[in-house]
Amino acid sequence: MSGGSYYVPPTSKWPVLGSLALGLMLIGFGMILVHGMNGIMMAVGFVALLTVMGLWFRDVIKESRGGLYDDQMDRSFRQGMAWFIFSEVMFFAAFFGALFYVRTFALPWLDGEGAKGVAALLWPEFTASWPLMEPPGDVAGPREVLSPWQLPLVNTLILVGSSITLTVAHEGLKEGMRETTRNWLLVTVLLGLSFIIIQGVEYYEAYHHYGITLETGIYGSTFFLLTGFHGAHVIIGATILAVMLLRILRGHFAAENHFGFEAACWYWHFVDVVWVGLFLFVYVF
Amino acid sequence: MAPKLPLHHPVEQSSTASAGGQAAHSAPPRGLMRWLLTTNHKEIGSLYLIFSLTMFFIGGVFALVVRAELFQPGLQLVEPEFFNQMTTMHGLIMVFGAIMPSFVGLANWMIPLQIGAPDMALPRLNNFSFWLLPVAFTLLLSTLLMPGGGPNFGWTFYAPLSTTYAPPSTTFFILSLHIAGISSILGAINIIATVLNLRAPGMRMMDMPLFCWTWLITAFLLIAVMPVLAGAVTMMLMDINFGTSFFNAAGGGDPVLFQHLFWFFGHPEVYIMILPAFGIVSAIIPTFSRKRLFGYASMVYATGAIAILSFMVWAHHMFTVGLPLTAELFFMYTTMLIAVPTGVKVFNWVATMFRGSISFEPPMLFALAFVVQFTIGGFSGLMLAISPADFQYHDTYFVVAHFHYVLVPGALFAILAAAYYWLPKWTGHYPNLKLAHWHFWLSVIGVNLTFFPMHFSGLAGMPRRIPDYALQFADFNLASSLGAFLFGASQLLFVWLIIKCVRGGEKAPAKAWEGAEDLEWSVPSPAPLHTFEHPPTFRRDENSA
Repeated sequence: MSGGSYYVPPTSKWPVLGSLALGLMLIGFGMILVHGMNGIMMAVGFVALLTVMGLWFRDVIKESRGGLYDDQMDRSFRQGMAWFIFSEVMFFAAFFGALFYVRTFALPWLDGEGAKGVAALLWPEFTASWPLMEPPGDVAGPREVLSPWQLPLVNTLILVGSSITLTVAHEGLKEGMRETTRNWLLVTVLLGLSFIIIQGVEYYEAYHHYGITLETGIYGSTFFLLTGFHGAHVIIGATILAVMLLRILRGHFAAENHFGFEAACWYWHFVDVVWVGLFLFVYVF
Repeated sequence: MAPKLPLHHPVEQSSTASAGGQAAHSAPPRGLMRWLLTTNHKEIGSLYLIFSLTMFFIGGVFALVVRAELFQPGLQLVEPEFFNQMTTMHGLIMVFGAIMPSFVGLANWMIPLQIGAPDMALPRLNNFSFWLLPVAFTLLLSTLLMPGGGPNFGWTFYAPLSTTYAPPSTTFFILSLHIAGISSILGAINIIATVLNLRAPGMRMMDMPLFCWTWLITAFLLIAVMPVLAGAVTMMLMDINFGTSFFNAAGGGDPVLFQHLFWFFGHPEVYIMILPAFGIVSAIIPTFSRKRLFGYASMVYATGAIAILSFMVWAHHMFTVGLPLTAELFFMYTTMLIAVPTGVKVFNWVATMFRGSISFEPPMLFALAFVVQFTIGGFSGLMLAISPADFQYHDTYFVVAHFHYVLVPGALFAILAAAYYWLPKWTGHYPNLKLAHWHFWLSVIGVNLTFFPMHFSGLAGMPRRIPDYALQFADFNLASSLGAFLFGASQLLFVWLIIKCVRGGEKAPAKAWEGAEDLEWSVPSPAPLHTFEHPPTFRRDENSA
């Protein structure tokens, strides 16, 4: 509830510039896809968006360090971050939902099973299986699928481990042991980077040795969209953590007041939890 | 339980003080820059409202193109291809560009005033949410000018119409929806943070005006389902441009998957468009009945129940697609269950008026028309919920009649009621009551002339989204088209009224309506740019128990 000193920021040019930058980036992306244009427009939009975000966050950091925020403002930021992560959860839920729907309903029906088995009339030869190696129609399937017990397992250990190292860093910050924080945060960022590199290697393997591509039917579609969006979130999360590392090096954050750092932790743990879901339902089962 | 004016309210102080964060700020920019850079909830609220009114007229013109073509059987005015683009764009613009942003505009203006907050919780984010919208809708409207035309697959954009057989501009349509979706999510986050965190000291959740409650729950729905829509359109984008098979059965996907994803978003979406309307009506009816809202707590619980149920009914839009029998039954029963909390609401509104001292100012007229006509739409919804009967009604004009009854004389009338109710607070002037009465009666007649005959043409079997029709539907369509043009024209009166109200008119006091009790009526009319910089101390009315 209101305490009387709630900070209402002055006018700001970042939001409107941010919306223009986002528009430029997405329209540029559309121009590539639809009209085969080069990527300059998208790149300009992307750089502009990053710049605006950087400057916007710089203002927030300045205000925070200037002592303009009180506990109530802190709660608003917490609410904001928590609900933002919830929206991200629902975004992934759409793709997990698609995966479960296809595996539980669509493929068995195409195989002639159950109430809607009449769908088998489309491709009578089709046999349902998962991973779907032979799609029913004129779509080539993957040659081979990835074993969960090789690179994916390594990546699981890396990401789960990174959640632990991040917690150590966070506890260090709370205890005022800034060197501990710095070192373990650095380890976390490096673990995040190695995850991304390994994921890159896995994609290379998938495309070049296993024949899994976006175009190999529903297996490739769900595999790449789920792991791809997750990978994008790891890149974002690692970037955020790297920024936090820079801020730690510059002496930001107090032991009792460091929501920027905590929000980065929340985000990283969210990315980690999504990965566990991916590992189980995309790779193992 | 309902909120009351605080007894010791620092009105003078709140309107003149420049404490808090504002003290250090230099003079705000003027002209266009003021609107581009503003972080003020009232200015952003006004931007939302003006934007949505603009979109309302653009979407309205598209509807009139449709109605003009359907004025008589045969193909007269437009090509069928263009007709499809008009039905599609009408729906998209009205849903995402008119109704939703106007509710967000009302939330921006009124929630801080109703809970005694100095502004929205995250003011810069608020500005970002708004300015994403012009970008999104400029892009969406520009698809009409692209080679191959704009979206032509209906506002529900079912795959494979929207993937395999879609015009090339569909990619831009998807990207514009992404931008609009980001706007909605960020706006919803802001509203939740504001309602949960910025209430005046002493105001409990159950003291909030119902508009804040309904918006809180709406915001939750938005954050839960807009990302699912984003996921669905991303799959479309991938299917179109990168050869994935999400909605392609040949690759092991399923076009019906699209419908599940879309309606998992789409059904909460229709409550997103009606719950804030419930909140508005729950403010207006007590004011003009000069009575407390009957059953405040049950209203809150009913809203929550509707929100929870809204996640369990989506496949009632897909009864004819070939669902397993158990699914047909499950979704039929859950859908009919929604009538219970909705009935609670209608009952409470009527009970509020019972033995009230009722007067019929324009906001009350629109609110009353809302109750009656929304109930009509609710009943036709109940008919559509009956799965076996839906096999007859599906994709006919009966469906069009149903959802237009809940959206036009439902949601839109509530928005118009809200505008008349709060215009004195926004502008400091009463709207011209005589003209407003004209606006009301012309709108009611126009709306019913447009949509009531659609029940009959629909039950008789006229399919929706068709530019030509069999001769036996001619009379109904003639009436609908006349009504549509009457309704459209009478909205020009609304614009004229607003302009006059902004420029002048009878001065309104702080408490513009005799029976109005909520906190917003404690600040001067027009509300000064900054209000409640020092939070008021909220006092519950002890007699209310």
